[in-house]
Amino acid sequence: MLSFDVSLLLAGPYHEMLLAGLRLSLTLLAITLPLALALGTLVALLGLAPLAWLRGLALVFVESQRNVPLLAHLLFWYFGAPELLPEAAKEWLYGQSFEAIAAVIALSLYAGAYMAEDLRSGIRAVPRGQLEAARALGLGFLAAMRRVVLPQALRHSLPPLISQTLNLWKDTSIATVIGVGELMYQAAKVESASFRSVEAFSFATLAYLTVSLLITGLAAWVQRAYPPRAA
Amino acid sequence: MIAFEQVSKWFGAYQALVDIHETVAAGERLVVCGPSGSGKSTLIRTINRLEGIDAGRIRVAGRDIHSPGTDLNALRAGIGFVFQQFNLFPHLTALQNCTLAPRQLGRASKAEAGERALALLDRVGLAHKADALPSELSGGQQQRVAIARALAMQPSLLLFDEPTSALDPEMVGEVLAVMRDLARDGLTMVCVTHEMGFAREVADRVWFMDAGRVLERASPGDFFQRPQHPRAQQFLAEIRRA
Amino acid sequence: MGFLEMIDTYWLYFLVGQYPDGPLGGLALTLLLATLGLLLALPLGLVLGLARICPWRWLRWPVTGFVFVVRGTPLLMVVFWAYFFLPSVTGHKTGQFSTMLIALVIFDAAYLAEIVRAGLQALPRGQMEAARALGLSYLGALRSVLLPQGLRHMLPSLVNQFAATIKETSLGYIIGLAEISFIATQVNTLVFTLPTQIYLLLGATYFVLCFGLTRLAYRLERRLAQRLHTP
Repeated sequence: MLSFDVSLLLAGPYHEMLLAGLRLSLTLLAITLPLALALGTLVALLGLAPLAWLRGLALVFVESQRNVPLLAHLLFWYFGAPELLPEAAKEWLYGQSFEAIAAVIALSLYAGAYMAEDLRSGIRAVPRGQLEAARALGLGFLAAMRRVVLPQALRHSLPPLISQTLNLWKDTSIATVIGVGELMYQAAKVESASFRSVEAFSFATLAYLTVSLLITGLAAWVQRAYPPRAA
Repeated sequence: MIAFEQVSKWFGAYQALVDIHETVAAGERLVVCGPSGSGKSTLIRTINRLEGIDAGRIRVAGRDIHSPGTDLNALRAGIGFVFQQFNLFPHLTALQNCTLAPRQLGRASKAEAGERALALLDRVGLAHKADALPSELSGGQQQRVAIARALAMQPSLLLFDEPTSALDPEMVGEVLAVMRDLARDGLTMVCVTHEMGFAREVADRVWFMDAGRVLERASPGDFFQRPQHPRAQQFLAEIRRA
Repeated sequence: MGFLEMIDTYWLYFLVGQYPDGPLGGLALTLLLATLGLLLALPLGLVLGLARICPWRWLRWPVTGFVFVVRGTPLLMVVFWAYFFLPSVTGHKTGQFSTMLIALVIFDAAYLAEIVRAGLQALPRGQMEAARALGLSYLGALRSVLLPQGLRHMLPSLVNQFAATIKETSLGYIIGLAEISFIATQVNTLVFTLPTQIYLLLGATYFVLCFGLTRLAYRLERRLAQRLHTP
């Protein structure tokens, strides 16, 4: 049986590496979550637009994101997309830590598509009479959405949105494929440097589970505190 | 046939059955009535242990149904239960609904079970719907199939939990007709119902329940003409007014 | 090298990898892995799902714990655990295919368990009561009444899960499995000048597969709703 050396995780260079990875994973989550939500809201509204081509745009976006694995998206944004830019821009881009930017783009678009669907079903759950009443008072479509429908829709959408947040958190691990130094990347690096695979992966697993637990706990609390109001 | 010995049941802090001590004779047709929340559904569901009890004893055919050696499934196979919501199996035809239990419990071969089921469906007037799915049947038809299904196990005791309460008014009659027909067979029947006309015609005895207690037990004639307990009088007055 | 030339040279490589001169790869490997993974995960998921709702606490709690842990962990983590620890558990070196397969089976089984659980719990309570009232045992009731209805309802979710599994196979890239994302990157390294096109092609391949499957699931769901509609 392998011996488990906890001291390795609590101090020293490996500890630092793993913590840095965890910090980056959390940072990725913190940046991509609001972006995904904003994008999801925009796409959800587009999906309800009166113009057919706008609805089509939303549909194309959602389906093209959801039917392709995140890994392929990451590869595209990191290797494929910059080719479309002029040479100078490309040079500059790779000079920055472009992998993090590519990861943010890929993750935000991917999660945004799923959130758009959840928001759309939340909006559909709000009785039609709400929008009609708001319009009857003279509010424009967007104002009616913003002030009357969306606040109610959010309560219906909250459980699936939190579920998507959980997925987003776990998906940050795939950014490792384009070299982002998040938790998974660091765990693998610690493993190859020290051969202490059990300790490294236990730390990472525990970190993922803890944040997952926190998010799930948040979900339960929110559902109890803000249940959908009866019409 | 059935004996309640000092039976009590609680749902949390609420006492649904208060010290019930009654007997039902073999072959007796009993109707249990009373206002909503009186505990009548709970009472009938304790007989085949769909609900448990917290105090006292229940005997069916002389045996304590909660004693450790009791074979629960065998007990239930000998008792037919008809639900308010029918609860037919939607993925099976009317015939298959009736043959499932006899075949699976090894009581009959496929041919025997099928023959008996068809005879029962014929008895409830639905032989022509033997291959129909529940979604293709009206509420009244579904409930009649449910009765045939309960009879397919050849039970010695039939329990009805508000069998017509979920039906549209025009379908109540066809189900009551089947139940009236069954009552002539000599099976022990316990029926929780609001249908007072049925009680008057068919029942040997009526129990009136309120707030978890059996407040009055009488023949239908005595109960409907000369109710003794003030709550029973109130209940009947309200029903007649409606 | 032009796009069409690239297709002409590498189309077979995309489809089957190095086969027959080497192990199976490419699209064929992706499909094989996904199919095998889901098929093996189904019985396990069924058992776990039943265990999640069974009345026996000694079975329910550990299974619930297991499902929770697996669902709170990224798939990549499960893959890494399998990759680093299967050899020591099984005694000999485990190939990338077997590693990925086992990780997929464990991961998918946990998700299938939830699908099974939700599918069974969505059935009206009266069904179990009616079956038990006829004298059927708990297991007998499950077998004859609940599962036949439940599995039919679950079919759309299962088809969606197959689409998800196809996307999950992409993680084999990270452990060097020659599935289609890995092949695409290989080709990109060889050709070098067509990354955008190659990764768009990769995306399109996944899209055709997964979109087709999710459409099928949608149609199944509609057909199911019509069939069980009670008058």
